[in-house]
Amino acid sequence: MTTEKQLNMQDSQVKPIDETRPTAPVIHVSPSPHLAQSTTSTRRMMVDVLVALVPVVAMSLFVFRGYALFQLAVCLGGSLAAELLFVKMRGRPSTLKDFSAIVTGIILAMSLPGTAPWYVGLIAAFVAVGIGKIIFGGLGMNLFNPAMVGRAFVMISFAGALAASGFEDVRSAVDAVSQATPMNAYKMNGVVAPLAHLFWGTTNGSLGETSALACLLGGLYLIVRRTVSWEIPAGLLLAVLVIGGVADLAGPADGWTVLHHILGGSLLFGAFFIATDPVTSPLTPRGKFIFGLGVGMLIMLLRLFSGYPEGVMFAVLLMNAVTPLINRWAIPVPFGEQ
Amino acid sequence: MGLKLEGYAGSGTFAHGIHPSDHKALSKDAAIRVMPTPDTVVLSLHQNIGGPCEPLVKSRQAVVWGELIGKGSSFVSSTLHASVPGIVQRPMRVTLANGRHMDTLPIKTQGEVPSDRELWDEIFGGDWPTTGLEAYEPALISRDINDGGLVGLGGAAFPTHVKITPSDKKPIHTLIVNGCECEPYLTSDYRLMLEAPAPIITGALLAGRSVGAKRIVIGVEDNKMPAIEVLRKATDGTGIRIAVVKTKYPQGSEKHLIQAVIKRQVPLGGLPSDVGVAMSNVGTMAAVARAVIHKKPLTHRIISVTGGGIAEPSNVLAPIGVSFGELVDFCGGLRPDAARMVAGGPMMGFAFANPNTPVTKGTSGLTVMTRDEVKAGEETACVRCGKCVDVCPMKLVPTKIAMASRHRDISLSRRYNIMACFECGSCAYTCPARIPLVQLIRAGKALVAAAGRS
Ligand code: SF4
Ligand code: SF4
Repeated sequence: MTTEKQLNMQDSQVKPIDETRPTAPVIHVSPSPHLAQSTTSTRRMMVDVLVALVPVVAMSLFVFRGYALFQLAVCLGGSLAAELLFVKMRGRPSTLKDFSAIVTGIILAMSLPGTAPWYVGLIAAFVAVGIGKIIFGGLGMNLFNPAMVGRAFVMISFAGALAASGFEDVRSAVDAVSQATPMNAYKMNGVVAPLAHLFWGTTNGSLGETSALACLLGGLYLIVRRTVSWEIPAGLLLAVLVIGGVADLAGPADGWTVLHHILGGSLLFGAFFIATDPVTSPLTPRGKFIFGLGVGMLIMLLRLFSGYPEGVMFAVLLMNAVTPLINRWAIPVPFGEQ
Repeated sequence: MGLKLEGYAGSGTFAHGIHPSDHKALSKDAAIRVMPTPDTVVLSLHQNIGGPCEPLVKSRQAVVWGELIGKGSSFVSSTLHASVPGIVQRPMRVTLANGRHMDTLPIKTQGEVPSDRELWDEIFGGDWPTTGLEAYEPALISRDINDGGLVGLGGAAFPTHVKITPSDKKPIHTLIVNGCECEPYLTSDYRLMLEAPAPIITGALLAGRSVGAKRIVIGVEDNKMPAIEVLRKATDGTGIRIAVVKTKYPQGSEKHLIQAVIKRQVPLGGLPSDVGVAMSNVGTMAAVARAVIHKKPLTHRIISVTGGGIAEPSNVLAPIGVSFGELVDFCGGLRPDAARMVAGGPMMGFAFANPNTPVTKGTSGLTVMTRDEVKAGEETACVRCGKCVDVCPMKLVPTKIAMASRHRDISLSRRYNIMACFECGSCAYTCPARIPLVQLIRAGKALVAAAGRS
């Protein structure tokens, strides 16, 4: 080896880099590992969620028509504007690129009734992004599911618009909207919706939560892509099945079965799209399963014993609050100590 | 599934881990080439884990190939030999690829050097007996290994005589020879298994005899079928078995190979001997055979010089102490888009920039990565997705340890078993937020170690 050659190689380190056309090697050092999985990134995960939401959004547009379009526009616009505004106020670099505001906006829209007035969606979006996420320090730092924070806020502030009757617009030309929501029809009048309607989603309800089929499709996609962990929906559905099953056996045989519980009232939407939000759910597989069980149990408690017919939102928010506890509690046993 | 190997309870794999694309096609069909003796070699006095050695020669002294030039002062240290014949130069301090500054003995080549063919024959050629090895006393085998300056050639460079030695305190039942080579890109062990299985087997029999193992098994990942076939033939009649384990990173980690083969977990902070296992790499076994049968020290090793940034990816038999720059030149030089030189494989190897950095006994490869491969993704906040948890082969919670390290919270990082992390890199490889988890954990370990000392 000639020293001349060595010098050349070192020289090349200080030459300015021509980014477009590499002509000489430029050697940099960095700690290991030197490989990274190119197929995963935070944005990629968000894009996966958006893809998974396609059937849900399509179904909502099909069933609710203009109502769905309107609510989507309001919530998306609201959450993007809120993200821009709040991030700017905190003097941070823009975070729109990570797409999380878009995901929050769509999930929020899908969890609101299409009939809600524009200011409800807008305020919900601002609360979701501003209070639900940015105040905690942005994506990854928030304790509560942003979309659910927004929804809870408007649910309490505008009880009328989001109470059961708010879903109905008897003068509407869109069929679904002129009916009561299945959950409410049952709670109030004991009317049991046919399972097939719940499955296909041709009933009234929040935009995204009516079609069990669409939620299942999207949810399976997320699980196959490993964007969400199966443990959360599994735990959630298990809890609902068991408690719903016991309630079936113990309660009045009025035709509202555990299947109605699962297919109706945003349960599947919650199980696959809301409870699975990585940021606000536990880290370890065991923790995730416990979290899912907890959400499922709370949903059933709320449905069976409270005035809220759906329960998903409060169940998720409550379990979000105990997530740090679960994390501390479910520290896995390291390899070598099992 | 399972190993389908009678008497071995392992399932052939372990929980968690990752499946990076292995890039071994670059160099796996390149037969080992002997590198012509370089003009100088630079021999670090610290080649291994444990204590350094003391020089036994003065500058300007003439040495022959294989002459003893350094000796360790403690038990966990090793001896050092001249890898070329020549004149010892003034000692100098050099930065090794792992970033440590070490005293070295440079040797300027002088005198007759063997031709390529002679060198190969001298190191791997000839007969390697598989019978009649009773003539070698277990304790003497260990002594020969120490005299030969052997350290683990898989990368960890732990002095071999410390592992391969008769012990009453911790009886060994199984010797596992590690032929996994789970790091992407590297193919040096693979080529050795293909081209020189005989010394590996003789070495394994000797090592097994030394530790008193009742059985010997060679673990190889199932992406190396040609090597497995060769080893099967070569071990026929010797009693040595081949365990075909699943290809997954880090299958070559001691603890995980033991789990995959005999289904025992080495306790945290423990050693393979705690579960009755001795483990050593295939290359080390070949060196054991040479040290015991021919009483010849470790002076050369096989190095994969590979990666998208190298002109002619190769497997090279080179003397210890040769510079990485010369290896690069021997393999056609760097391509214009070369961006990072890594001593070892990309998962656990050390990046360095100075081409004069010398090869040490633990250098299993030189991986030159391209600009595209090392393009750093953008770091975002942790989205707490738990993917790092899902892949950690030690079943830790990498994100928590890393965040504890970032906040210098020593007690929290201890609660999450920071010291159990062996820096395999699986977590950082997988993290969608591109958080430098291993780097953070490494810093945290240093904090914990410092706190432990005070
Ligand atoms: S993989 Fe990365 S983003 Fe996901 S929990 Fe671990 S550190 Fe956080
Ligand atoms: S925490 Fe350590 S042992 Fe676990 S995956 Fe990361 S580097 Fe490997």
